[in-house]
Amino acid sequence: MSKIIASAAINGAHKILNMSENYWKQAMDKYGGKQEVGFPETAYYLPIIYSILGLPVKNLSDMEKIFKICRRIIPEPVYRDYHLPYLGPTLDAGMVTLFAEEMYEAIKYLNEPDFYWPEEDPTEEKFWLGAANDIILRKRGIEFVDGTAPGFAAIAGSAPDEKTAAKIAQELQEKNLYVFMCASHNGERFSEQLKKANVQIGWPVRLVPFGPDIYEAVFALGFAARAAMSFGGIEPGDYRRILIYNKDRIFAFVLALGYVDEQWYANAAGAINFGFPTIADTNIPQILPTGVCTYEHVVSGIGYEQIVAKAVEVRGLKVAVNKINIPVSFGPAFEGERIRKEEVYIEADGSKTSCFEWTTSRSLNEIEDGKVEIVGPDLDTIPEGSQIPIGMLVEVAGREMQEEFEPILERQLHDCLNYINGVMHIGQRDIVWIRIGKKAREKGFLLKHIGVAIHGKYHSSFSNILDKVQVTIYTDKEKMKDIIEKARKVWQARDERLAGMTDEEVDTFYSCLLCQSFAPNHVCVVTPERTGLCGAVSWLDCKASNRINPEGPNQPIKKGNAIDAKYGKWEGCNAFVKKASRGTVESVSVYSLIVDPMTTCGCCECIAAVLPLCNGVMTVNRDYKGETPCGMKFSTLAGTVGGGKQIPGFLGHAKFNITQPKFLLAEGGLQRLVWMPKMLKEEIMERFKKRAEDMGIPDLLDRIADETIGTTEEEILPFLQEKKHPALNMDPIM
Amino acid sequence: MATEQNQVKTKNNFDLVWDRLEKQQPQCKFGQLGLCCRFCAMGPCTISPVGSGGKRQYGVCGADADTIAARHFVRMTAAGSSAHSGHGRSVAEALIKIAKNQAPGYQIKDEYKLIKLCKIFGIEIANKKIEELALELGEKALAEFGKQEDKLTFLKMAPLKRQIIWEKYKVAPRGVDREISEAIERTVMGTDQEYKHLMKAATKCSLADGWGGSMIATELQDIIFGTPQPLVGKVNLGVLDENYVNIVVHGHEPLLSEMLAIVVDMPEFVNKAKQKGAKGINLGGICCTANEILMRHGIPILGNFLNQEMAITTGAIEIMTVDIQCIMQSLPMVASCFHTKIITTSPKAKLPGATHMEFTEENALEKAKEIVHMAIENFDNRKKEKVSIPKQEVSLVAGFSHETISYILGGRFRASYRPLNDNIINGKIRGVAGVVGCNNPKITAEENHLILVKELIKNDVLVLQTGCSAIATAKAGLMDPVIALDYCGPGLREVCEAVGIPPVIHLGSCVDNSRILMAATAMVKEGGLGDDISELPAAGAAPEWMNEKAITIGQYFVASGVFTVFGVTWPTLGSKNLTKYLFEEIANELGGNWAFESDPVKMAKLMLDHIDEKRKKLGIDKARERVLYDMAMRRELE
Repeated sequence: MSKIIASAAINGAHKILNMSENYWKQAMDKYGGKQEVGFPETAYYLPIIYSILGLPVKNLSDMEKIFKICRRIIPEPVYRDYHLPYLGPTLDAGMVTLFAEEMYEAIKYLNEPDFYWPEEDPTEEKFWLGAANDIILRKRGIEFVDGTAPGFAAIAGSAPDEKTAAKIAQELQEKNLYVFMCASHNGERFSEQLKKANVQIGWPVRLVPFGPDIYEAVFALGFAARAAMSFGGIEPGDYRRILIYNKDRIFAFVLALGYVDEQWYANAAGAINFGFPTIADTNIPQILPTGVCTYEHVVSGIGYEQIVAKAVEVRGLKVAVNKINIPVSFGPAFEGERIRKEEVYIEADGSKTSCFEWTTSRSLNEIEDGKVEIVGPDLDTIPEGSQIPIGMLVEVAGREMQEEFEPILERQLHDCLNYINGVMHIGQRDIVWIRIGKKAREKGFLLKHIGVAIHGKYHSSFSNILDKVQVTIYTDKEKMKDIIEKARKVWQARDERLAGMTDEEVDTFYSCLLCQSFAPNHVCVVTPERTGLCGAVSWLDCKASNRINPEGPNQPIKKGNAIDAKYGKWEGCNAFVKKASRGTVESVSVYSLIVDPMTTCGCCECIAAVLPLCNGVMTVNRDYKGETPCGMKFSTLAGTVGGGKQIPGFLGHAKFNITQPKFLLAEGGLQRLVWMPKMLKEEIMERFKKRAEDMGIPDLLDRIADETIGTTEEEILPFLQEKKHPALNMDPIM
Repeated sequence: MATEQNQVKTKNNFDLVWDRLEKQQPQCKFGQLGLCCRFCAMGPCTISPVGSGGKRQYGVCGADADTIAARHFVRMTAAGSSAHSGHGRSVAEALIKIAKNQAPGYQIKDEYKLIKLCKIFGIEIANKKIEELALELGEKALAEFGKQEDKLTFLKMAPLKRQIIWEKYKVAPRGVDREISEAIERTVMGTDQEYKHLMKAATKCSLADGWGGSMIATELQDIIFGTPQPLVGKVNLGVLDENYVNIVVHGHEPLLSEMLAIVVDMPEFVNKAKQKGAKGINLGGICCTANEILMRHGIPILGNFLNQEMAITTGAIEIMTVDIQCIMQSLPMVASCFHTKIITTSPKAKLPGATHMEFTEENALEKAKEIVHMAIENFDNRKKEKVSIPKQEVSLVAGFSHETISYILGGRFRASYRPLNDNIINGKIRGVAGVVGCNNPKITAEENHLILVKELIKNDVLVLQTGCSAIATAKAGLMDPVIALDYCGPGLREVCEAVGIPPVIHLGSCVDNSRILMAATAMVKEGGLGDDISELPAAGAAPEWMNEKAITIGQYFVASGVFTVFGVTWPTLGSKNLTKYLFEEIANELGGNWAFESDPVKMAKLMLDHIDEKRKKLGIDKARERVLYDMAMRRELE
């Protein structure tokens, strides 16, 4: 009966609030009210409190107000007889719990600054990862947006044994879900069980140990709250929309493994506010009627064999699982898997020996679908620890197949290989680097299974254009020589063709609405000279994707009459954007960051911003954590421009876009760029230099400031003057 | 209860309501059928009942059975509407006086609701003080009564489709008083004599109550006294305590009783009572005044309409104050056998044999003190040998409003009707029923209420209640969130357990039927159950009605799209045409219709059939497959 849950949750909320308040009082004595608090490298302050109440907690004294609100909201315990309605109060108690925990954790960061490890992977010494920083949030957020991660499982407690833990984790990974772990049961923790079972843990493999206690469940819900603000563009304080956004769009749930105490119940109640139900292995009372969550609220007594399937069903989630017939798991959750040196069974390194991967089209009668041929020895005859050459020739055929889709298909090979549990793939073309792990080999994995995976994934992703896929895998160096040569010629031709394409020569652009699952009003316009702002979607990709899935997120946009060629405004483009943004964006300049700039979902690789004093523009990539001359770090910038809002003076864009000729065309082009982080300069140096030469300013990159020169406009201006940066002599930017 | 009443009678040797009913037998058949007209001096005329083949088919003026029955019906709605509207008007006047600081002791308790209502009435909020807003709102609300043109402000709260229906059939009321006045005008001899056309007057006049007078009463009372929040209360005569000075409030308006509630807790009066040998002062209520102070303070309820005389026969009541509506003239007579004093307080209503202490907002606090003082003084006069308090006392959870339902279902951050709608859609809850109205001595021991409500909840129908009907089921334990679950069907039980509510929800007094309209509207607006109240799987009933007010309430429910069943008797049965119109044809226009059924089990069946029909039309009559969402479906979301 849910009265038991309500009583327990409300009691738990009182306990957590008392604990947190005491902790705060001690901190006030120790540090004083002015002491700043927050989760490192994150925007949105304490994100649940900020998103729900709209109140930024910047220092310890700000918490006083929040505690007062908690005291006002927290309901009385449930009467034993003649109880009053308790569902509403229980949900309130859950929210108070999250507020209290968020403040508790913020103070913990203060008291024990080294407790959490702020990176993607735990180390031998540092196991708990704490609040995801904004780089992780954005990077992982994209996966939530494009659907490679449909949601997350917040696991509290532990499985009965390590084996079961590993099995549940793997099952969740196979369903592409993130797994956020906290709390203990019987002195065991799920995350530690995985570690003991030798399962790789960390953000890259979607198994995230947030912390040892139940309080760290707040990081999972904080992640959800931040997603609603950054991708959903929902204003902090608009609590109803924040929560409904999560209910409708973030398919998360709680797996309670082990004894559910009052504090667990309190956290579960908090999660229900977000529409996240709890599925328990123990026989706690159930709450089956629907309404706050999409379906049931609490389902209990579920065996370990069924618990993942049940959770997915209760949450109302449809997971598209690739059924690939190989002896190991396959899915995007394994994309970030690393194979360490001591775990390597064999390695193929393109920088040391001959390696290649090449997808090419053939006519239908030339190839046989599903045929996988190994030219040379397979793993069963190659000794452990070998360095081998490897070549993958993927031949495809289909009535709808076109030569220009080849690069797109070829790029998919990265996923095809990396999704295999036990295979690591880096690089492309003739510089691929592949490692296959011992564990995979133990399970019977052979090289021919790579072919099976490619065949399966190609068919599931490109069924509309492909009819046949044939894979030949070479491990005989001599026999692949000719093929590499042929491939190299093709690659060169492709590059030349791609580089030459201009916006003028096409009459159709493409939309990318992939992110509308998260940012419902955002519309990306992808043109030959403007790659999608996430850096992952080119015009050709869109074209192919539209061919593959005509109803999908990439829709053709007929340019129509030009309104302004310099600003990149077209009638057809505006009409499309207005409709697709549900009326929120009326007009878009594809080439401007000042007049009607394109919106961003929050997935952008870089954000450019006007620097008025320098008469120029800066841009910053999301991997750069430091300050920038516009006064905001990337995370703050992303919080400002994300969520499908049009904000003049700011533009989300891809790294690749910087060297595309139409970049900032309306503002005068690339010569407006006055600052970017050093790491970004280095990353795009080659392309940048070529572009600068074409523009007739070959030393442009050297005249652009970076953080070593300064991180304020005042600091960089003398440098720009000294270097005679062209922006200084251009028309006023504002 | 009948046996209790007999005991009382033997002991005291005077008549109570049931005795008087007996002595009235046989009651006038023409009157029962609506076929007696004494509106002019050419009459009184009676029409031979349908099918009797009698020669009297027309009144002297030429009016036929349809016209005569319709005129009666219209006048009943006008009477009912005037009663509730009188109540609403008093509240609006009180709000104005409070705003002007002329009503010591009163205050604005729900500022949030004040602002919400100001927005509805188009009052600019700006930086105005609460008192300024209250004054403007009070004046605007008061003007609703005298408005001559346009239409009532609250009509725009209804679902859009409903508003269009009202416009289409030209039944949207202009001002409250105007519609009441016109209704009576049209029934004057020789005026409106086309029964369907007369019914338009009944509809307008009753809508002017539900979406006018009553709604103004409810909403403005919430501003002054606070919007009810769930609380635990007690009901039945056992709430009287022989060790206390007992004061009972009876009638309908909470204005004075709210003041009494404050005064009885004042230490000076408690001490005075103690000096008299009492342990303190016990305040209780009867009828809708009781419902009002139960909802906001948890003050116990002695009983409903039929319990008013019996309450006095306990010999333990020092003072009973009465204001308006449903007060039996016999009270002073019964009281004369005991030490109980009956005090009339409304300028509108006096009783022979009662003490009149007229109450106004200006003197409310002083009057309340006087009354409490009198009660304490009267404690000395209580005769111990005459005190006999029945032990029965039941707890209930009350204090629901359409706003709190929303909170209860989702907390403050997710407040909505979604869980209710969802569970109706998924079939755990089959539908919603409003069971309201009086109790009637023609029915033994309130069994129509109890049988009907039990039948409904057994069939997974959530029951919303007000008025004396609510008190009847509360006495039977149906508002106890634990005990009542045993009467529920499995689906309803599961939802009640999840939310922590009883299956029978107490929404307040009879003006608070407007809360049911608002709750129904909220369900429509939440989505998934059609675009109008008439599409909801819902029905209404007044199984033991007696007051004309019930006819008005029923008519405004019908005119808001609700299928409404009445029990006991039906006032138009003498006119085949009018009855057919009210029971069937009116649904083609307004979406709701009436029914009459004296057997409560069959009444439940009618309501369930209606609910099932609506479920079928909504396409929620069959179990649906669980929808699992993929990314493409999420992208489609607005």
